[in-house]
Amino acid sequence: MPDSIENISVRLKVNGKSYSRTIEPRKLLVELLREDLDLTGTHVGCDTTYCGACTVLMNGAAVKSCTMFGVQADGADILTVEGLEKNGELHPIQKAFGDCFGLQCGYCTPGLMLSALQLLSCNQQPDDKEMRKAIAGNTCRCTGYQNILKAIQMAANNMKGA
Amino acid sequence: MLAQLGDDAKLLAGGQSLIPLMKLRFANPAHLVDLNFIFGTSYIKEGDGTFRFGALTRHAEIEASAAAAKIPILHDCAAGIADVQVRNRGTIGGSLAEADPSGDWATVLFTLSADVRCLGPNGERTVYLNDFIKDAYTTVLAHDELVSEVAVKVPSKGSGGAYLAFKRCAPVYPTASAAVQLTMDGDICRDAAIALGCVGLTPIRAKDAEATIRGQALTEKTVAGAMEAARAAADPQTDIRGSADYKRTLVGALVKRAIEIAVRRARGEQVEVGHLYA
Repeated sequence: MPDSIENISVRLKVNGKSYSRTIEPRKLLVELLREDLDLTGTHVGCDTTYCGACTVLMNGAAVKSCTMFGVQADGADILTVEGLEKNGELHPIQKAFGDCFGLQCGYCTPGLMLSALQLLSCNQQPDDKEMRKAIAGNTCRCTGYQNILKAIQMAANNMKGA
Repeated sequence: MLAQLGDDAKLLAGGQSLIPLMKLRFANPAHLVDLNFIFGTSYIKEGDGTFRFGALTRHAEIEASAAAAKIPILHDCAAGIADVQVRNRGTIGGSLAEADPSGDWATVLFTLSADVRCLGPNGERTVYLNDFIKDAYTTVLAHDELVSEVAVKVPSKGSGGAYLAFKRCAPVYPTASAAVQLTMDGDICRDAAIALGCVGLTPIRAKDAEATIRGQALTEKTVAGAMEAARAAADPQTDIRGSADYKRTLVGALVKRAIEIAVRRARGEQVEVGHLYA
């Protein structure tokens, strides 16, 4: 290991707001979000690139924030679960997850909603297979997934024309 | 930079394997050189019957590309690797340079004619993919070299391919996989390339299986022969994903199915293929 590790400055936009921090280069993006920016809605589940609880959108693409370094988000536009609601109004995906009982303990929900958002932003009318493929990287241990699929379908219907 | 930092330095591409390996302390580099901010390393170009992929082209970009539309086996692979999140980050160059025995790309590209361009302080060299991978996690890359581009020949007309990987769920590596690329002339198989994944230290070219069907009509009997030869070529290890016997049986079945799909595609049929789940 090197004798001393130089901290690196990183500038990024999260949920529309610009941040600038100086962090250790080994710090993961999810740690940057949770510990330095106090955005604790993004969860750490497995920390092994399996469960997808830490999913955020980076420049519109779903990524596992436990599997990249914070410094790699320099210049990026990140969306976390905190950025879904607008002016006190829940996002249609959030509403649909509630209405369809698409969550129980809620631990996986932020990641699932962001995976759903990536899907619906490039496919307004996904079929069952496309929905399953889109959330294949998100593990839920409570719901059995059926209500999550219903929620994504409902969100798709409600977002059309929006 | 690598020469300067010494042996403890590693290149970071998509990071979807390296970062998990670092967390497990299987990899413990003192320095990481992040390639992600280098401009012009992610591209797909077509010309002279070849698709050229920049090393940092993400799996998701390949999944949605004209290359994948034209060469279905590339789509089978790109669209099936792990999950959306990993495909948005992971790269084709990283996958080949890592040379994980369970990786998808190398197995698929073994059946197409693929060249890896390696860039180092002494210039560039092009290495045929099948010679590029030496052993598990080992390539011909020198410490101060990196993969700059992967070039894949567009298969000839009348050619069809398929890649099938069998997995327990999306984010895990396959238990076994098979890639088949056939050139058909009516019912006769003019040429065949068959590669097996996850059943050896590197992807395995099943040459005896290819010989069984090359120049032959594809009947139940000849295909069964290829299946048998593929099983014999596999050299799997018993692990958490299954016993050696199980994987050997599985890989034979995957070869048979992949041949059937490759034949249909060679005839011009559109066949959608996804990775198979237990």
